[in-house]
Amino acid sequence: MSAPAFFAEAEGFRLSGTWTLAALTAGKPRAFARLRKTLREAGQRRAGWHLAGVEKLDSAAALLLWQSWGRRWPEELEATPAQREALQRAAALAEEMSAPSPVTQADATAGEDSLLKQIVLAPVLHLGRPTLILLHNLRGVVELFGRLVLDSFFLFRHPQYLPLKEFSANLCKVGAQALPVLALMGFLIGVTISYLSALQLKLYGADLFIVNILGLSIIRELGPVLAAVLVAGRSGSAMTAQIGVMRVTEEIDALATFGVSRTIRVVLPKVAALTLATPLLVLWVSAAAIVGGALAARLQLDISFLYFFSMLPRSVPIANLWIALAKGMVFGFLIALLACQLGLHVRPNTESLSRRTTASVVTAITLVILADALFAILTRDIGISG
Amino acid sequence: MENVIEMRGIWSQYQDVVIHRDLAFQVAAGEVVALVGGSGSGKTTLLREILGLLKPVRGMVKLFGVDLSDPDPMRQRNIRQRLGMLFQQGALFSALSVFDNIAFPLRELKRLDEDWVRDLVHMKLQMVELEPHHAQLMPAELSGGMIKRVALARALAAEPELLLLDEPTAGLDPVRSRNFVRLIKDLQKSIGFTVVLVTHDLETIEGLGSDVAVLAEQRILVKGSLEAVAHFDHPFTRQFFGAPSV
Repeated sequence: MSAPAFFAEAEGFRLSGTWTLAALTAGKPRAFARLRKTLREAGQRRAGWHLAGVEKLDSAAALLLWQSWGRRWPEELEATPAQREALQRAAALAEEMSAPSPVTQADATAGEDSLLKQIVLAPVLHLGRPTLILLHNLRGVVELFGRLVLDSFFLFRHPQYLPLKEFSANLCKVGAQALPVLALMGFLIGVTISYLSALQLKLYGADLFIVNILGLSIIRELGPVLAAVLVAGRSGSAMTAQIGVMRVTEEIDALATFGVSRTIRVVLPKVAALTLATPLLVLWVSAAAIVGGALAARLQLDISFLYFFSMLPRSVPIANLWIALAKGMVFGFLIALLACQLGLHVRPNTESLSRRTTASVVTAITLVILADALFAILTRDIGISG
Repeated sequence: MENVIEMRGIWSQYQDVVIHRDLAFQVAAGEVVALVGGSGSGKTTLLREILGLLKPVRGMVKLFGVDLSDPDPMRQRNIRQRLGMLFQQGALFSALSVFDNIAFPLRELKRLDEDWVRDLVHMKLQMVELEPHHAQLMPAELSGGMIKRVALARALAAEPELLLLDEPTAGLDPVRSRNFVRLIKDLQKSIGFTVVLVTHDLETIEGLGSDVAVLAEQRILVKGSLEAVAHFDHPFTRQFFGAPSV
C-alpha cells in the first residue's frame, strides 16, 4: 500500500498511490491537513486532473476530491471507469444534499424563535418542565397503585394466580440477602453515635442518659431511615434496572402474550416483598445499632450491658417500636412502587435505563425523607415520655 | 496475494468442551468466504477470534499480517479500523441516532471534519438504500430490515478492507434477504473488500457467489467453490447441500 501522492505538473494535476480513507489518515495529522489544503487550492485553478496513476479510490477519497473541486467537475478529467463511477456517486450525493430540505428551513426559523423564547421563557421552562415531569410520574405512581388494588381484588377471587414463588424469591433477595450489610452498617453507626454522645454527656455528668438518647434516636428515627436509604440504593435500583431491561428486551411484552399480567407477576411480588421486608430490616438494623451503641457505652462510660438493656424498655416506650415498624412498611412500599413505575416506563435505550435507575434511587430517598417528616408531625404526641 | 486472515494451530475450548482442534484458516484479499457448519460447531467462536473478542487457548491469529496478540495498542486500533463487523442483531448503539451510529467509526478516526463526516454518512445511507430523513431516527424506531442496513452502513463507514458478517440475512423475509445479498455483492464488486460471513442460508451463499468453508469435526473440513464443496463426501455436506445432483 503506497501513500496517496499529489503532483502539480505542466499539463495539470496528477494523483498516484492508494487513495483510501485508511491511507489518507495513516500519516501524521499535519500531513493530512496539508494535503487537504493543497487539494483545495488546486481545485480552484482551472486545470486537468489525471487519476490514471491511482491504484485505489474509495468513496471517502472520492468525496474529498469532489469537495476540493468545489462540488463541480473539473475542466478535464482522466480517470478509469471505476473511478468515474465513485466520483459520480459523490456528485449525486452532493446534489441531493445541496437542495435545502424543507425540514432544515423550518429548523432555521424555529431557531430564531427559540432564541427569544430562551430569554423570556427560560425561568418558566426550567421550573415548569421538571414540575410537569414530576406530576406525570406522580400520576403514573397513583395509576400503578390503583392497578395493584384492582389486581388484589382479582387475586382474592382467583387465589390460584397468586404469585407466591416470585414473592418468596423477592423476599429472599431484598430481605435475607440484605442482612449482613445492614447489620454491619447499623453496628458501626451505633458505635459512632454512642461514642460522640458519650464525650458530650461526660462533660455534664449525665452519663446515664446515653440509654435514652441512643434508644429513642435509633429506634424511632435512625433505624427506619437508614434501612430505607439502604433498601432504596440496593433493592430499588435493582428493581428499576431489572424491569427496565425486561422492557428493552421486550420480555415484558412476551409476558402479556401469554396472558400473564405484568403487574401481578412482576410488580406485585416486588411491592409486597419490600413492604413486608423493610419493617423487618428496620428491626434488624436498629438492633445492630443498639448493640453497637451499648458496646461503645460500655467501653467509654463503663455502663454495663445489664444496666443498658434493663433501662432500655423503661426509657423508650413500646409505642416507638410500632411507629418504626409502620414507617418501615410505608417506606418499603413507596420505594418499591416508585422503582417499578420508573422501570415500566424506561424507553428502549441504554441512556434512558441509566437515567431511570438514578432517578429511582434519588426520588425514593427524597420521598422517604418527606414521608419521615410527615410521620414526625403526625406522631408528635406518641411515645415520648415527658 | 496477501492473506487478510491467517489462523494457524487454533485450539479453543469452553471448560472441557474442545471446539477447535488445531484449526487452520486463511482468507486472501478480495475473497468472499461463507463459513458453514452445524449449530455448536464453533462458527461464531471462530468469528469472535478473528475479531479479537476471544483469545484462542493456543494458536496464532494474524489480520493484515499483524498478530492479534501484538501488545502495541495503536497497532491494535489500526487493525480494528480496517475491518467492519455486522452483528446478527445489529448491535446499534441504542442511545445514538442512526446518523451518530454511522458517524461513530468516522469520528473515531479523529481526523475528519464534521462536513466530511456528514457527507460520508449520507453516502453510506445512500449505499444501503436508506433515505436521508432516516438519519434522525433512533434504533428503537427501526424495522428489522432497516436495523440490518444501518448496521451494514456503520460497518462500511470507515471503508473497511475486511467485512465480517454474522448471519446477515437471518430474520429477513426472502425478498429483503435477496435485496440485502445483492446490496452486499454490488458493494463488494465496486469497492473490492474481503468478506467472511457466517450463514445457514444456501440462497445467500449462491447469491453472493462466494466460496464455502465447512467447519466440522473441530476444524475446517474443506474450503473451496460452492460446486466443489457440495460434492465433498461427508455427512454434514450431504445434509447441508442435499444429495449432489450429478
